[in-house]
Amino acid sequence: METRPSHTPAPPENPFFIEVSELSKRFGEVAAVDRVSFEVRRGELFGFLGPNGAGKTTTINMLTGLARPDSGEIRVGGLDCTGNPKAAQHQIGVVPDESNLYPELSGLENLCFCAALYGMRKNERRGRARELLETFGLKEAGDRKFAGYSRGMKRKLTIAAGIIHDPQVLFLDEPTSGIDVASARHIRQLVADLHRAGTTIFLTTHNIEEAERLCERIAFIVRGRIVRVDTVANLLQPVREKHVMAVSASGSAPAHCLDLASAFPFLRFQPLSEGRILVESPDPIRVGPLVHFLDDHDIEVIEARLVQPSLEDVFVRVTGIETDAMTKEKERVAGSA
Amino acid sequence: MTRWIAFWNILLKDMRTYYLKPPNISWGLLFPLAWTAMFFIKSGKGLESIPSLLPGLIAISILFGSTSMLAVTVTFEKKNRSFERLLLSPIPLELLMLAKTGGAILFGVANASVPLVLALFVTDLSRVSWVSLAPAVVAIAMVSTFLGLFVAVSVREVFEAQTFSNFFRFPMIFLCGLFFPIDSLPVFLRPLSYLLPLTYGVDILRGAINGRNSMPLGLDFPVMCLYCVVLFSFSLRGINRKWIT
Repeated sequence: METRPSHTPAPPENPFFIEVSELSKRFGEVAAVDRVSFEVRRGELFGFLGPNGAGKTTTINMLTGLARPDSGEIRVGGLDCTGNPKAAQHQIGVVPDESNLYPELSGLENLCFCAALYGMRKNERRGRARELLETFGLKEAGDRKFAGYSRGMKRKLTIAAGIIHDPQVLFLDEPTSGIDVASARHIRQLVADLHRAGTTIFLTTHNIEEAERLCERIAFIVRGRIVRVDTVANLLQPVREKHVMAVSASGSAPAHCLDLASAFPFLRFQPLSEGRILVESPDPIRVGPLVHFLDDHDIEVIEARLVQPSLEDVFVRVTGIETDAMTKEKERVAGSA
Repeated sequence: MTRWIAFWNILLKDMRTYYLKPPNISWGLLFPLAWTAMFFIKSGKGLESIPSLLPGLIAISILFGSTSMLAVTVTFEKKNRSFERLLLSPIPLELLMLAKTGGAILFGVANASVPLVLALFVTDLSRVSWVSLAPAVVAIAMVSTFLGLFVAVSVREVFEAQTFSNFFRFPMIFLCGLFFPIDSLPVFLRPLSYLLPLTYGVDILRGAINGRNSMPLGLDFPVMCLYCVVLFSFSLRGINRKWIT
């Protein structure tokens, strides 16, 4: 993606583009965001992960100016936005979790209108809109009304609208939620391109694999509080230091976990569903003795394979929330909307 | 300059997507026509009754046109979250809302022209004071629009906007001297008439068309302006309190 020259040069002394300190927001008795602090570096792709109701959207709303914090401080691009969110809005692009462009306008008209909101002149906005339609693979659909777009096309155009004014920071809320695989892949590619072009990206997603693939650093937020902020590599290190093997066996293998634990005290066994056992060890796992043990107990080992722990395992460990439950909840909410 | 580009484009977008749509144009034409026909027939006096009906017809056309459109469009945009896009842009809220209301004001002025143009064909309007009629039309359109904005900020659903608008509009038809002189109202209702902004707008129109205003222009215009400022300020406060939580 082309880098545009309008980015204001960064003050060299401050490596952070977003600085959040002790940010809090209550809705009645509920602390939606509770003394949250973090920084996002210039040009960084920062992930913000958490279950529904964790405070992600409230945090984004406060950062972008759609909500007022009860206390704390927000600085965007070196500007104090706590009491004056408009101060940095020209530097911010926002892609909400819903594709909220104007259904009566065409793709091109929508982009031109969004560009006009940032004061871009007619020729400039038309040129930029056409460039983005091409980049996002929507050139042919540029003259069609937004209402007639597929969900994936709507998502792409909404992202294009978020970057029409070439913002220095882009807030992306669930960019690939509810769209087909091909569109999701294309969007991830576009996000990666934007990041490479130097845009700071604040990504909120329920798709942990997506966050692992795209983000440099990730913050986990649970019940309004940040529980962990680190690089993806650092987050993965403790789980990747372990050796994990999934053993599939016939019969009631999981019922023998206690026997296995007695026979192999240096290994940790976790029963899974459908005759599967998860074996964990700080050292490489020797398969032979395990197979012999199970064979002696009339259990046939069908398959044993190493498992590469992912960010999902880190998420489950840090937040105590099963990701499947989180995804199902998200789908339920999307389905009822 | 950049702010004015945004202002102008919001106004143009609203005109194109809402106000210049065929159903709204037909509403803008049919509604004043229906009112004109109804009161013309009701008066039973023939064409000479037109000048006495005209101030009320102009006022009611503006009132219903402006309040309906603005209350519905803003509530609709709030509901489908496209209004967030405007709130996130680097335009001061005051200018943004002036852009959003600009289309409704122009729609109200256009609505006012329907009974006026019709009247031009059937009666003599040579004695009309256009110098006071034109600003009166704009002032009524502004007050009606800001009333619509106040309604839009106060409700969540589109149908609530219509219901809440009628809560203000229908009493105004009877209390503001549009078709029945305020002096003919029961004494206990008269103070209420003077609390409603349309009373002052209709008074200017009566003066401009028939030369029969009951209050000085020096009172009518400032009161209308005051209502504009108060309704707009309350609406901005509502947006700040409810929509930027």
